[in-house]
Amino acid sequence: MGQSTIDVKAVRKEFPVLNQSDLAYLDNSATVQKPQRVLDAVTHYYQTENANPFRGLYDLSVAATDAYENARQKVADFIHAPKKQDIIFTRNASESLNLVAYSMGRYLKIGKGDEILVSIAEHHSNMLPWRMLAEQTGATVRYLNCHKDGSLTVDDLKAAMTPNTRIVAVAEISNVLGRAWPIADFAKVCHEQGAVIVVDGAQSVPHTKIDVTAMDCDFFAFSGHKMYAPMGIGVLYGKSEWLNKMPPFMTGGETIDIVTTDRIVWAEVPHRFEAGTVNVGGAVGLAEAIDFMEDLGLDQIEARELELTTYAMERLKAIPHVHIIGADEPENHHGILAFSIDGVHPHDITTILSENKIAVRAGHHCAEPLHHYLGVPSTTRASLSFYNTREEIDRLADAVGQIRKEMGYDE
Amino acid sequence: MNNRTFYNEVLTEHNLHPAHKHELEDANMTCEGLNPSCGDDIWVHLDVDDNGIIQKGAFEGDGCAISQASADMMFDLIIGKTKAEALRLADLFLKMIKEGHLSDEEMEELEEAASLQDIAHMPARVKCAVLGWHTLKEMLTGEADQANPQPVSTEDK
Ligand SMILES: Cc1ncc(COP(=O)(O)O)c(C=O)c1O
Repeated sequence: MGQSTIDVKAVRKEFPVLNQSDLAYLDNSATVQKPQRVLDAVTHYYQTENANPFRGLYDLSVAATDAYENARQKVADFIHAPKKQDIIFTRNASESLNLVAYSMGRYLKIGKGDEILVSIAEHHSNMLPWRMLAEQTGATVRYLNCHKDGSLTVDDLKAAMTPNTRIVAVAEISNVLGRAWPIADFAKVCHEQGAVIVVDGAQSVPHTKIDVTAMDCDFFAFSGHKMYAPMGIGVLYGKSEWLNKMPPFMTGGETIDIVTTDRIVWAEVPHRFEAGTVNVGGAVGLAEAIDFMEDLGLDQIEARELELTTYAMERLKAIPHVHIIGADEPENHHGILAFSIDGVHPHDITTILSENKIAVRAGHHCAEPLHHYLGVPSTTRASLSFYNTREEIDRLADAVGQIRKEMGYDE
Repeated sequence: MNNRTFYNEVLTEHNLHPAHKHELEDANMTCEGLNPSCGDDIWVHLDVDDNGIIQKGAFEGDGCAISQASADMMFDLIIGKTKAEALRLADLFLKMIKEGHLSDEEMEELEEAASLQDIAHMPARVKCAVLGWHTLKEMLTGEADQANPQPVSTEDK
């Protein structure tokens, strides 16, 4: 990967929040800031095209429908889905994953004796829906342990699968470890053994190129708000061979073709899975965010984020008593740096950083079982976007370097 | 460049060298307090004599500096007092954190614990500061049943 040519000064000007104060915003895995053009696209939709899509037979409603469906096509192209009908709009990754667990769980008739294999590093959003499914059906959730350096290999997966494994749920990139797992290889193993693979892409979509067709996953879920789009719009990609057979998750308006008092015919995919009035403004914002990322260049984003990650790790590793969770190599972090400082609780670290106008996150980052597994009660997480600067990383490292002293330690 | 008023020496000293963090073999009242949002976990132990006077007190557990220091300051204050006085002080402390201020006389009564007043403006840390006090209060008001102890949580009420 070459050097990034992103003009960071210029690109930061496009983000209103980054310009309103000197806050170093390093909580990008939680959500990223939004560029003005995304905000403008949403406003423009509401100012010129707003109507309830699908339902009205007048021009304005047709415009709203087109805006929504064009966004669907844009998402399909962005992640290399075969066709736009494979894209279901949801509120966020969590809703997408709940949808799969519920509808696919029913379609597969998951029940007693069946096993669902979930990685130990999963965000609760890709763990609890499976535990709920297991609880309701008598199936068993088993855990796929990664290594301390965050790696997870095909051999690990093979060793954990049994003839009863029907579903494998894994993140492409964990929101704590930051390491990308070889999903295409996993998918091959899953399919050879008759299991489906459900991929949580919430943290990979913002940082890497996605090709769901090459990956050959059965489902892929992500959130718009982590990739420069507004909150409240998310995506589920599913292979049409499954989507066409799955029952709806939520039901209501737009999910049906025919309803009589004794008969229901479900609508075609994707509408079957999009109950009620949809979030057109959000979808339009997501489409604009995709254009924004593509205009910058996904390779450029990746290169820039690797440069920043490399620098941040260099600086943090040089500080005594600081330990970064996961791999040693910056390539295996994707801007996600969860760390601990000996003798200082993450909530105190985060409060002190906040006093220095640095925004990071403390806690278990919705991945509590991973923290138990790693033997750390909680961590502090700094997470980077291409728009962050070396100066912000310097501020983080300088402040982190002072924390033990501030807490009364001699060194 | 920043305001470093918060983690002052009083706080860090109580956190790093707590006088009251240890086991208490003679304890006749014990209660666990949990702060599920941070994973903080504290055990409050009291040795109360027949006249209702707290002869000894101690705590154990894990948590952030604020929860640990706050608990340590609490024991400085309540050891040697009656249960009723301890309860009144706990109420004062909780009021200070909830409302952000107390009268000068009330502040004086809280001694070093009054230095935690500013936490009132840090909603994410309020539960850390009150963990020990909340646990003490539940225990003294009898809601934490000594025969059948259940942890009290900062999420209750
Ligand atoms: C890996 C991962 N999965 C799922 C989610 C859930 O995303 P959302 O809260 O947008 O549903 C997140 C974000 O917090 C995440 O990092």
